Amino acid sequence: MTLDRSIAFIFLVLCIVYSYTAFVSMEASLLPFERNMSFLPNTMPKWLGILGAISALVVIFTTGPENAHQPGEGDIDFRRLGDYKIGQALMLIGAMIAYALLLRSFGFIASTALFLIGGSVILGERKWQVMIPVSLFATFFIWYLVQEVLGIFLRPWPFFLG
Amino acid sequence: MLEGLMLGLSTAFSLQNLLMVIGGCLIGTFIGMLPGLGPMSIIAIMIPVAITLGDPSAAIILLAGVYYGAIFGGSTSSILINAPGVASTVATSFDGYPMARAGKAGKALSIAAISSFTGGTVGAILLLMFAPAMANVALLFHSAEYFALMVVGLSAIAAFAGSGQVSKALMMTILGLMMATVGESALFSAARFTGGIMDLQSGFSFITLAMALFALPEAIYLVLDPNRSKSGDGDSGEIKDLGITKSEAKSIAPVLARQSVQGFLIGVMPGAGATIASFLGYAVERNIAKGEEQAEFGKGSIKGLAAPECANNAACTGSFVPLLTLGIPGSGTTAILLGALIALNVTPGPRLMIDNPSIFWSVIVSMYIGNLVLLVLNLPLIPYIAKLLAIPRNYLIPFILFFTLMGSYIGQNNATELLILVGMGVCATVLRFANFPLPPLLIGFILGRMLEDNFARATNLTDGVGFMVERPMTLVLLIVAAALIIIPSARAKLAMRKSKGTSIPD
Repeated sequence: MTLDRSIAFIFLVLCIVYSYTAFVSMEASLLPFERNMSFLPNTMPKWLGILGAISALVVIFTTGPENAHQPGEGDIDFRRLGDYKIGQALMLIGAMIAYALLLRSFGFIASTALFLIGGSVILGERKWQVMIPVSLFATFFIWYLVQEVLGIFLRPWPFFLG
Repeated sequence: MLEGLMLGLSTAFSLQNLLMVIGGCLIGTFIGMLPGLGPMSIIAIMIPVAITLGDPSAAIILLAGVYYGAIFGGSTSSILINAPGVASTVATSFDGYPMARAGKAGKALSIAAISSFTGGTVGAILLLMFAPAMANVALLFHSAEYFALMVVGLSAIAAFAGSGQVSKALMMTILGLMMATVGESALFSAARFTGGIMDLQSGFSFITLAMALFALPEAIYLVLDPNRSKSGDGDSGEIKDLGITKSEAKSIAPVLARQSVQGFLIGVMPGAGATIASFLGYAVERNIAKGEEQAEFGKGSIKGLAAPECANNAACTGSFVPLLTLGIPGSGTTAILLGALIALNVTPGPRLMIDNPSIFWSVIVSMYIGNLVLLVLNLPLIPYIAKLLAIPRNYLIPFILFFTLMGSYIGQNNATELLILVGMGVCATVLRFANFPLPPLLIGFILGRMLEDNFARATNLTDGVGFMVERPMTLVLLIVAAALIIIPSARAKLAMRKSKGTSIPD
């Protein structure tokens, strides 16, 4: 199955779950007086679930391998995914997740500086004498900009420093 | 109209707003030049800053400036290093890059700037005439017509944005609409589809979605394929000879006249936008050109450079017509602007001109100022700004990722939002692998709420969906919407049946 069709299939499953929620679960939780109303919270979702399932089926049945998307110049050809720097991409995604989880407890400055340095290291940078000062400067500068100029609170230091 | 124009002038010429235009254009040019970052990503990144300004006029002026600057920056990188950051400047590189390689980079940049300026200016004048007239018509619309109009807009976007694969675009639009139903519903405050997650109670955040759909996949693409962020060969530092001769000006004048009007009209149509305008502009001019001039297209023709540049800027201005008058975004970029306006408590639509005339008119006036800033301020700065292309990707990419994360974090101050961002970003990247168009998803998401509100009002008024057939205008609009989806698909089917048996040319 091509990637297009697999995605459409996943979408079809999503539509079925969505429709089930709209037609069954939400219908059951309606209050008695609501049953006669012409517009309900599940009115639109019912339509959308059906239309979504139809569109997914159309994609599944009309995009065969013969007219599947041919990557043009500059596009990423996912069939040759191994030729790309997939490891770096996955590590950076991991770094972003780590950043999201640590931002609160580590504070903005430590986690941001670590993220910027870590990101450069993942991409293959080894000039520590340039990388560390640049990251630290950028982190402080952005923190100052957001906190002092824009007035949005960002906790700068780790939790144990208040 | 004159009264409004004066109001717009007085708002746009306040010191703060002038600074916004200038700042926006400069930031836009700076970031737009970086390969891979298109106007949509940049505007998405700038939204939190704009929202923090608090003043809707200033915010939208800043974002419009960023938009223009980004397009200009994108053209610059197309011309200098053949790396168009955005689809709408791909046609620019056809003739711009050969010119730059022939040592005429300065000239190419000047022509691009002048063409953009002309396109933008003519576009702004046409917008000035079109928008109030259209807003007057739109005032006659009721909720039923609004609902139908949004359906038309969504189908037009699916039909035009799908690049031949209407079904995929349609699927993305419906996915966007479905995502809009997460959270509290229209007229009822019951939570739906949240899966018990408290953070989803008020639905997905629009900024997070915009970042996840555009900025993040682009950054991941840059990581995957290092060739996408190739830097200049060092020749970008030697841009000189910015002037153009009289005969050159004479030869591009008719091109500019034609393309600014054509580009604007294409831009007004929802879904068409700057990309189609620039390609069509290029194709039309090549067909019109005679003999020698035609042969020069693709090898460094000044007409071939002027046409797409002029058309894409005029189309960008044109795309503001449906946004400001109907509240329906015609492109991904205007959809992001619409989201920003809603976040600032301004609802674009026919009432905008009456309720918030200063916003309406100052946007139009500042578009013009933006064009002027690009011509007067940015052009001389280009040789210096181009140095930015030399930033190594090892530094560039972590910063792009960081700004993406920050953009969605500072709006909400919620770390769960960041996890949603990363998750949706990965999904969006996979969708891009398979060539599913992403702008329809965002437009569907943004219009979803309004669509449901209007649908709810219309059904309550007529006690059912009878309004779809009872109101003639609604019915006509819905038929148009259906035709927009069915005709292109049927045509593609026919074309495919015809071409079966013949080999597909490369």
